[in-house]
Amino acid sequence: MPTTSTQSPSSTDRIVKHVELEAPRSRVWRALTDYRQFNQWFGVALTTPFAPGAAVSGNMSSPKYSHLTLTIWIETMEPERFFSFRWHPYAIEEGVDYSAEPTTLVTFTLEDAGAGTQLTIVESGFDAIPESRRAKAFSMNERGWAGQAENIRKFLSA
Amino acid sequence: MLERLARGEQTVGELAAPHRMSLAAASKHIRTLEKAGLVRRTVRGRIHYCRIDPRPLERADDWLRAYERLWDTRIERLAKLLRHPDNEPSPSE
Repeated sequence: MPTTSTQSPSSTDRIVKHVELEAPRSRVWRALTDYRQFNQWFGVALTTPFAPGAAVSGNMSSPKYSHLTLTIWIETMEPERFFSFRWHPYAIEEGVDYSAEPTTLVTFTLEDAGAGTQLTIVESGFDAIPESRRAKAFSMNERGWAGQAENIRKFLSA
Repeated sequence: MLERLARGEQTVGELAAPHRMSLAAASKHIRTLEKAGLVRRTVRGRIHYCRIDPRPLERADDWLRAYERLWDTRIERLAKLLRHPDNEPSPSE
């Protein structure tokens, strides 16, 4: 099983995840940057290949959110080492235009760890997301996330 | 409205004024904020006073933690995908 950890809970600007994966960097790189594989684990149906500078869109795969379109803006692709994109986090409210809001930056750093790979995922920039949206998103959480968690459980046990 | 409330207690009238809202419309909007647990209203005489309930905002950090759990789920799926190399799609689509 992979081990994940988070930074100190006082950090409000970023999420940090470390995970040890039992696969070489070349394999992890393909899972991260081949859009068809990315779709599988990320839970989205992006429709075009990733390339630096590209905007890639697709609908969410979760049945509850399949009407929502997700767009990611690819920034950096350093093969087998570093991959990053920007997006609007948690942009799941219907009819809301998030385009004027700042984006968060998601980075993936790959390092050798024995025969496998140490992957570090960082999403940063949350402090720039409007506080009002956080509060709103949080109150939405309480209503919506129980259902979403159920969908994910179903997906994983299928 | 929340921005104004962040500066301190306000009456419904004071909250409505800058938005050119009727008292009824403002009251309705405030009720939504009350339901979301963001605002508390107290009635003294005929005046309704509103104040921000700081607890949900303190839990903004909890929002990030809840969001973070989405990543945990994705990471689990990624690990699962990598444990089954045979499900890698062929390079030629």
